[in-house]
Amino acid sequence: MLNRRNFLTAAVGVAAAAGLSACAKEDEGGSGGSSGGGSKKITLGFSQVGSESGWRSANTDSVKSAAKEAGFNLKFSDAQQKQENQISAIRSFIAQKVDVIAFSPVKVTGWDAVLQEAKAAKIPVVLTDRSVETKDESLFVTLVGSDFTDEGRRAAKILEKVLEKAGHKGKVKIAQLEGTTGSAPAIERAKGFKEVMEAEHKDDWKIVVTQTGDFTRAGGKQVMAAFLQSNPDIDVLYAHNDDMAIGAIQAIEAAGKKPGKDILIVSVDGVKDGFIAMSEGKINAIVECNPLLGPQLMEVVQTVKDGGSVERWIKTKESDFMQDQAKDALPTRKY
Amino acid sequence: MSTPSAATTSRWRALTHHHLFWPVAVLVALLLVNVPFTPDFFSIKMTDGHLYGSLVSIVLFGSPLILVAVGMTLVIATGGIDLSVGAVVAITGALTCSYISDQADQNALSGVFLAMGIGLVAAVVCGLWNGFLVARMGIQPIIATLIIMVAGRGVAQLITDGQIITINSEPYKLIGGGYWLTLPFSIFVVAVVVAVTVALTRRTALGLLVESVGGNAEASRLVGIRSRRIKIMVYVFCALCAGIAGLMISSNTSAADGNNAGLWIELDAILAVVIGGTSLLGGRFSIGGTVIGALVIQTLTTTIYTIGVPTQTNLVFKAVVVIIVCLLQSPKFRAKVFGAKFGPKSGAASGGSAATEPAKTVTTAEAAPKMEVS
Repeated sequence: MLNRRNFLTAAVGVAAAAGLSACAKEDEGGSGGSSGGGSKKITLGFSQVGSESGWRSANTDSVKSAAKEAGFNLKFSDAQQKQENQISAIRSFIAQKVDVIAFSPVKVTGWDAVLQEAKAAKIPVVLTDRSVETKDESLFVTLVGSDFTDEGRRAAKILEKVLEKAGHKGKVKIAQLEGTTGSAPAIERAKGFKEVMEAEHKDDWKIVVTQTGDFTRAGGKQVMAAFLQSNPDIDVLYAHNDDMAIGAIQAIEAAGKKPGKDILIVSVDGVKDGFIAMSEGKINAIVECNPLLGPQLMEVVQTVKDGGSVERWIKTKESDFMQDQAKDALPTRKY
Repeated sequence: MSTPSAATTSRWRALTHHHLFWPVAVLVALLLVNVPFTPDFFSIKMTDGHLYGSLVSIVLFGSPLILVAVGMTLVIATGGIDLSVGAVVAITGALTCSYISDQADQNALSGVFLAMGIGLVAAVVCGLWNGFLVARMGIQPIIATLIIMVAGRGVAQLITDGQIITINSEPYKLIGGGYWLTLPFSIFVVAVVVAVTVALTRRTALGLLVESVGGNAEASRLVGIRSRRIKIMVYVFCALCAGIAGLMISSNTSAADGNNAGLWIELDAILAVVIGGTSLLGGRFSIGGTVIGALVIQTLTTTIYTIGVPTQTNLVFKAVVVIIVCLLQSPKFRAKVFGAKFGPKSGAASGGSAATEPAKTVTTAEAAPKMEVS
């Protein structure tokens, strides 16, 4: 049925399409990548989680531009939120003998095997933005990123201010939109928030519903629409990122309520669209989680490559924003 | 049923043997599960000039899945499968939103229509490509459509530059998130697509041709049916449905997200088709069943959100329900567990076309290995 010529045309088609996908997934950042003679040029293999939110895109841009500025050869790979993609990306970095591997782990656990391989190949590993859980501390050099547990605590603290400002007295019913199940920011932002809540507001605050919105707008919208049905008397929404909060705002509006007034909203990240929503009065407070860690990462990569020692955890610089600061802060938001 | 007369028994039999009986029963059961957790689950009230309630949300959020699943039904009826629909959703949304975001006036109707046109043309091109590979090149559908499934998402990310494109266009918001005559506008879109599909497949010979191609493509060709043309047509139709779903999903949140829009929707769509009683082997299909199947999946998702299943167990809960649904669909399983009453053989007595249909129903587990052979 299938003659040779037809098969060949089909094969070429398949190859072309596969090539296209490869281009889209593994575009080489940095300067050209093919500067053959540059033996001193540091090659950095970076595996990104995906591009699930505006925050993540800003993070990617920051890493790419910082690598270019530092004159590193960056091999960038997008894991599309899948751990198996990330593991195979790290394996290919090992095979390509890059100088340093950096990655933002999709999940907290399950990295021991592949990191052992990197260690055996004597390639230092730097984690960015998210941490991993492992018994062997020597598997990675350092973590460049935010303290998510602290972000959770800060969210609870700023909620106190928001409630005071809104004149809310008595019991507080909280709905929580969690990030991707099993991811470090989702676990730790929930943990930090709960810590403060149980220590200081044991009697009056209560999380009545909590569910994952996968850090996406569509997820936040759908989950919030269901929350509003099962618990119409929610006072506060705590969203683990701005995008879910933006989705939830649309659901709250569809239910005929006023986001920021009928339901107070606190979210984490501080992306541009989040600040726009806050300046419109729809989000009450944002706890910043700074994605622009590219320059800090490149510094660390250089130090590690030169054999210097670095701290185990290099924290990014961050601050909190209330509604009245939104308009002033908005023009400075790059992402 | 205390004194079952012959008439009621046969009516009951005809009912339980109708091919939509089990999907509908599952849907009703799932809806009822919500009532203890959401007391006013079935209540629908007016808010800001449109209807609002759980049922409205289920249909609104389920609309894209219904569309994709309807397209998938026809592809599966020809014995094929289309894994690329999720990527087509992403591409369509990305193209349309990036075009609208470049406009000076995002609310201009002409710009919005042109943008949607561009998006849908891209979807049709994807469908033509799939159909070409399957019908002309003879590549197995699962492989042929895998190409766009993998590459297409990359293309969508290329279009959006890896960013989420936020737009602010009132007319575009209507199609997936707006309301018309107090109902979500997407309901009307779905109704039109389903009605046109049913009319074309059941009022003309087209449905018969699709089924005959799925039954035996070679035999159909020998009796004079242009089976290749039919195959290309169903892939194009499926991609077009996915394209409209892509418009809805991006319009619903007024943003195009190349990475997440329509992620895994192909699997949900295949599941909806199977729950609806369409055989994965091809040769017969039920559009009505697919619509019910898609609603079952959306209701299941909503149920998980409302009854407070811990997030870590979401997928387990979903899996258990899907397994139960598939087992209930299997006539062999029913015959073993409930006895001959719901089994395949007793239905022969009641006669009618409906009675023979459950016998052909297969579960995913049964169908998957056979697919490889064919």
